[in-house]
Amino acid sequence: MASASHRPAPPRATAFWRDPRVRALFAQALVLGLVLLGAAYLVRNTLLNLERLGVSSGFGFLNTTAGFDISQTLIAYDRTYSYGRAFIVGLLNTFYVAAVGILLATVIGFVMGIARLSSNWLVAKVAAAYIEIVRNVPLLLQLIMWYVVVLGGLPAPRNSLALGESVFLNVRGLFIPRPQFEEGFGWVVAAFLASVVAVVVLARWARRRFEATGQPFPVFWTSLGVLFGLPALAFLLAGQPLSFEYPVLGRFRITGGMVMLPEFMAMVLGLSVYTGAFIAEIVRGGILAISKGQWEAAYALGLSRGQALRLIIVPQALRVIIPPQTSQYLNLTKNSSLGVAIGYPDFFNVAGTINNQTGQAVEVIAITMAVYLTLSLLISAFMNWYNARMALVER
Amino acid sequence: MRLLGTVVAATMAAATGLAAGSALAGPTFDAVREKGFVQCGVNSSGLPGFATVDDQGNWSGFDIDLCRAIAVAVFGDRNAVKFTPLTAKERFTALQSGEIDVLVRNTTWTLTRDTALGLDFLGVNYYDGQGFMVPKSLGVKSALELDGASVCVQTGTTTELNLADFFRANNMSYEPVVFETNDELLPAFQAGRCDVFTTDQSGLYATRTKFENPDDYVILPEVISKEPLGPVVRHGDNEWGDVVRWTLFAMIEAEEYGVTSENVDELRANSTNPTIRRLLGVEGEFGKNLGLPQDWAYQIIKQIGNYGEVFERNLGMNTPLKIARGLNDLWTRGGLQYSMPFR
Ligand SMILES: N[C@@H](CCC(=O)N[C@@H](CS)C(=O)NCC(=O)O)C(=O)O
Repeated sequence: MASASHRPAPPRATAFWRDPRVRALFAQALVLGLVLLGAAYLVRNTLLNLERLGVSSGFGFLNTTAGFDISQTLIAYDRTYSYGRAFIVGLLNTFYVAAVGILLATVIGFVMGIARLSSNWLVAKVAAAYIEIVRNVPLLLQLIMWYVVVLGGLPAPRNSLALGESVFLNVRGLFIPRPQFEEGFGWVVAAFLASVVAVVVLARWARRRFEATGQPFPVFWTSLGVLFGLPALAFLLAGQPLSFEYPVLGRFRITGGMVMLPEFMAMVLGLSVYTGAFIAEIVRGGILAISKGQWEAAYALGLSRGQALRLIIVPQALRVIIPPQTSQYLNLTKNSSLGVAIGYPDFFNVAGTINNQTGQAVEVIAITMAVYLTLSLLISAFMNWYNARMALVER
Repeated sequence: MRLLGTVVAATMAAATGLAAGSALAGPTFDAVREKGFVQCGVNSSGLPGFATVDDQGNWSGFDIDLCRAIAVAVFGDRNAVKFTPLTAKERFTALQSGEIDVLVRNTTWTLTRDTALGLDFLGVNYYDGQGFMVPKSLGVKSALELDGASVCVQTGTTTELNLADFFRANNMSYEPVVFETNDELLPAFQAGRCDVFTTDQSGLYATRTKFENPDDYVILPEVISKEPLGPVVRHGDNEWGDVVRWTLFAMIEAEEYGVTSENVDELRANSTNPTIRRLLGVEGEFGKNLGLPQDWAYQIIKQIGNYGEVFERNLGMNTPLKIARGLNDLWTRGGLQYSMPFR
């Protein structure tokens, strides 16, 4: 027996509980189990407490009549629709203000970011002042200020600022004619789609030709012509199948047409001016991150400053810009929940009303969190996709 | 024989133990006694006459006095109360979650709130109804002329629901402009964002006193809803609910029987009226039954006053609000205020 102990042990598979992979799995399963247990405990506790208090629970309320009205509805809605529908109305309002806000913030951000780097002293200082002031004042205050400015600056309905007979601006909003599509408008849409396809094909062809022969082609102007010309032609041929419902001044306010509410204007202004300042800094950082050699090379090729920016610097800077830009878009979307302070019926605002009218706080909060989480993940996913595309440009 | 005596004594002890009630007073009542004050949810944006706070943090108003009366009933101290300012939207969650013990915040008693929200209403300290306020310059005389108007309204209220019902029932269109608090709504109303401001009439009167030129605004004659406003506790909180309910009743009963903060000492010493004697704790065991001190109602009337005194002090003709008793007069004078009997 003794001799056996001297013999070197044959390489034996480690006991499975020593295997780091098994251990890691086990540890993770344990943690997951504990988390689930904790969650189950919380859920059970909540349900028991709600039952004890006699508070109704469950999602059945989504189908019952809401009973309240909402000022801005992108889809049909009035007090007879359900709470579920009211949620969707609020969600669309959030989308709407976030989409317009993101667009405007991006434009403001790029202009201001580049302006801050301008060699013109005044331009650079104005941009710097804007960025520093706006970034350091709380957004809520800015929103309220914009709302006061919008309301204070606009006249009463009877003294509306009017552009001809069809566009009115007053304290109740901006009123424009509402397009009424008649039979035959489908042709115009079809023509537009066709022109989009044509433009894409054209752009590809032009690029291939440019790469092969070095001959540039005025893609921008041709595309513009095609995009407008083709639908316009179809419009005339189909017998002008479009009319407008014009806003008219009534006793209290303007009725008919389409309206952009002052709450919406204040939200868009507030959100885009605020977020624009952050984007400006990101853009500036992105541009500064590109080495000076790139500028010098561009100038050496005879490109102007504008061309150098557009063709050489910005495409490279975008790779630095996009990731932080994404989080600004996310911030803007989430910040739109401040709409409640100035009476803009965004998702959070409507959810609060529903919470109060039904008393089902747990369900309403759960829905609200799920919606904002989904919204954030969607924006991230899109920006990741876009970022991956931009990264491919690298050679 | 000795055995029987022991059993009787033990039963007696158990019974008195029960009557003292400390162990069985229900979770909120126990918690209130434990912490030594009442946490009362009130209006956040300052509704003159109902709930306002000065720059030293002193609260006053009609709803505030009811909170104080509850504190007096339990602790004999009108300052044994803390106030939690709440918006219309926050108030029910605050009560459900136990952040406050009782809500006294011009809150309308409705079926949904009494049932699905898990609350219990205990009475009505102010009978109200929803009205409309417009700038005089608009030249509107009746709410039925408001077709097409834009209307400022507060979210999370019965107001926004009644508004939708009223315009629909009368086949009129309107544009709702919805805010969370009065403080956000009023600048918009005064900037002309909406033609009409609608809420409980009491709220309209109270708010109008805050305006620079109150006379530039009129309140239209139509009252479009019933708004019985009253104190609320959590559903099933019966012992605590009894305390709140009978605090309110004691103030109303005192007014009916002519007991005021001025004459209450004299009446307690000399009155021969059995109702007054029971109310003031000279006879009977009402305090014990409620789990309160014997002189609870006496203290309320002495320190806070009867219902009529509290009304006149906060809302009456000598205040900027100048609200007439109307529905809130005693039943004996044609109003609706009616205490259940102290018997
Ligand atoms: N009685 C109604 C309305 C109560 C209400 O919130 N009224 C408004 C207007 S009088 C108010 O108190 N506003 C003050 C604030 O929350 O800012 C209800 O219970 O829903």
